[in-house]
Amino acid sequence: MAHGTTHQHDVVIIGGGGAGLRASIAIAEENPSFSVACVSKVYPMRSHTVTAEGGAAAKIKPNDSLEDHIYDTISGADWLADQDAVEYFVNEAPAEMIQLEHWGCPWSREGDGSVAVRPFGGMKIERTWFAADKTGFHMLHSLFQTTLKYGNIVRYDEHFATRLLIDAHGRCRGCAAIELLTGRVRAILGKAVIICTGGAGRVFPFTTNGSIKTGDGMAMAYRAGVALKDMEFIQYHPTGLPGTGILITEASRGEGGILVNRDGYRYLQDYDLGEALDVTDPRHPQKRAMELGPRDRLSQCFIKEMWAGRTIETRDGHVVHLDLRHLGEAKIDRKIPFVRELSRNYAGIDPVHKPIPVRPVVHYVMGGIDVGGNSATSVPGLYAAGECACVSINGANRLGSNSLTELLVFGAQAGRHAARFAMDNPGYDVAELEAQAEDEGARIRRTWFDPSRTGGERIATLRTELHDAMEDGAGIYRDAESLQAACDKVAELRERYGNVTLDDRTHSFNTELTAALELGSLLDVAEAMAHSGLERTESRGSHQRLDHTERNDDDFLAHSLAFRREDGGPPRIEYGPVTITKWPPGARTYGAESGLKRPRGDGT
Amino acid sequence: MRTEQTMTLEIFRYHPETDSEPYFQAYEVPYDEDWVVLDAINWIKDHVDGSLTHRWSCRMGVCGSCGMMVNGDPKLTCAAFLKDYYPRPIKVEPLVNFPVERDLVVSLDGFMEKLQAVKPYIIRDDVNDTTGGEYRQSPAELARYKQYSMCINCMLCYSACPVAGHEEEFLGPAALALGHRYNRDSRDRGRAERLDVMLAGEAIWGCTFVGECTVVCPKHVDPAGAIQQAKAVAAQEYFKRFVMPRGAKGAET
Repeated sequence: MAHGTTHQHDVVIIGGGGAGLRASIAIAEENPSFSVACVSKVYPMRSHTVTAEGGAAAKIKPNDSLEDHIYDTISGADWLADQDAVEYFVNEAPAEMIQLEHWGCPWSREGDGSVAVRPFGGMKIERTWFAADKTGFHMLHSLFQTTLKYGNIVRYDEHFATRLLIDAHGRCRGCAAIELLTGRVRAILGKAVIICTGGAGRVFPFTTNGSIKTGDGMAMAYRAGVALKDMEFIQYHPTGLPGTGILITEASRGEGGILVNRDGYRYLQDYDLGEALDVTDPRHPQKRAMELGPRDRLSQCFIKEMWAGRTIETRDGHVVHLDLRHLGEAKIDRKIPFVRELSRNYAGIDPVHKPIPVRPVVHYVMGGIDVGGNSATSVPGLYAAGECACVSINGANRLGSNSLTELLVFGAQAGRHAARFAMDNPGYDVAELEAQAEDEGARIRRTWFDPSRTGGERIATLRTELHDAMEDGAGIYRDAESLQAACDKVAELRERYGNVTLDDRTHSFNTELTAALELGSLLDVAEAMAHSGLERTESRGSHQRLDHTERNDDDFLAHSLAFRREDGGPPRIEYGPVTITKWPPGARTYGAESGLKRPRGDGT
Repeated sequence: MRTEQTMTLEIFRYHPETDSEPYFQAYEVPYDEDWVVLDAINWIKDHVDGSLTHRWSCRMGVCGSCGMMVNGDPKLTCAAFLKDYYPRPIKVEPLVNFPVERDLVVSLDGFMEKLQAVKPYIIRDDVNDTTGGEYRQSPAELARYKQYSMCINCMLCYSACPVAGHEEEFLGPAALALGHRYNRDSRDRGRAERLDVMLAGEAIWGCTFVGECTVVCPKHVDPAGAIQQAKAVAAQEYFKRFVMPRGAKGAET
């Protein structure tokens, strides 16, 4: 693997999904003389943003309020969100969404031509913008197509970044990346770097996430000494198709779909989520209640129903039924046509005539690269945005439809701050960084192409064992024993990773090499998840401990911070403060009372 | 349901570093009626031959990565079920009309240039001014272009098109449908700029209305219909520009 040429830019963005593209445009627009590199292991329109279905939240209607969106987000997060960050997010969201509308996103509309909104889980009022049920697809393509306007955005498609380049002053100045077509390792340099590489759902076996969601950016930052924050918080979406894990959007419940157990009973009413109103009742679907409760609670209810023997057993595991039949064919085709297409193609079920079998599925990582209020990490010049980052606005449980908006708000913010850093810190030593990239190329060659490497482990074997360990040990309900077992297994797999041997030792488009590097990312991320989970001896949001069942604000109203140890030992877990401004921690209530019981701030 | 049965995939192989020409390699895979062709290819990659090279990600028909020729037809392999071919062998090849980079991976370079050429973005002066709220667009105005906005860039239509393979200047079904999508968007003011591109040489006129692009489109975009409509608009524009040069260049239709 010969080392390639060096490429110099002002800002380097790793990742070409929603956050990376939004950051690219922010920089290109506000700094026309800047050169922006957008480095992605896939073509941008393949990025996983493309699969998001239901919508993106932002206050737009006069009957909504910024304060309600803030409160819904904070209570949804079980008070682990930083309230200043949530305020910033909610305040910026409307302008960002309007901007994307101006850039061509085909939002669904009301009769008067204004954008339409729909209800979503954990939200007090309908505030979720949508483009039928392919919102992420349309957002990604609108952003990508808009980037084609700018001559100063230089794309490095199908370049797999493997290492951050840090100069002698400790500032991040680019990345080393494998050009997939040739196998060359290139030095892609800039005065600042933004990581926008998405989540890591592929740590688990059953996930809505595409094959590319392997936590590469999280692992790169972790190896560079940045903490991974709140990694124990993994979101299970309550409604995935059994077998494939394909997502059936929450919008199907926002439009009125119901969840029933093996007896046809709406079981959510037994779990403090409110009253089961008849589907013909004009108040159905009720916001912040029943099927529109938050995802963590709904996924936990499924497990309790399963333990009580009231779910339906299939060859692909236990399921409940998502019943949309009462919506009727016309509404299903108008509002959620992709749900019908996916159910027919991948479950053999037409939801117009039959209920859809569903079960909880790993969907989103609330945790991520530790960033502060300006999207900056602890390494000067290094920023992160999107699912790979943890600001945190999502805390212990993200509300559906906040993540697409997050891509825009924090993608743009990271872009602006990285551009400012680049202006203030212009010079760097090219030779020093080139040497690091050459070292990286040599390391990859030595590690993976050395003919004497004959350990004989297969990537797929280790990946499957990792999947099993994480599902068994760090699933919806965990305890000390299960988490310790996951930690031990990850440590064992890290040892065995050194014995993985490749069938393919050629240069051009070596996807077995990239799969091996992705497995390395998964192992690092899994380590942070399992150890952070073991240390947090309380239950909060998506982190439910069978041996510590209550929330413990005295000891754990705090962000976990996992630091990687150079010696290969278990990560060091520290804790950082959660910013509380106007919304002191309170009881997290859903159902009919949820809008009344809430403690209020003094208004914004 | 996984059974004891197996089936055979005959897969196109070509590695530019080691092969002077392509060849086919047969692999026996477990037969599972829930599996798609992509599952079988992934099974081979994981368990039999790590050197087999293909692209994939979402495996739910929306990222557009996994288009290949399956028994001669361009398909998304995440949506092509083994049970529709069983028990006969399945032949898997890279999408035709594109240069092969390795095995089932083709080059997107030309396609990406064509997408960019049609200026697929809203063109108007106040596009970055959000202070006035959203641009109004009625459901009827949305419906004028919505179908043409559903393209996932999977490129199956270029493999089905008899012109795309040999006429370099022809922009091809997906790019033309995308240009047409923006021309029909009530928020856009860039139609004249876009028509400059679409009117040039064989950019649009290369299309011979075979309609195979629409047949193979997994997202029902109907690029053939888009091209037909765009040609009508272009013909009108051509008349205005060259026959009646003082005609209104950027008028709405």
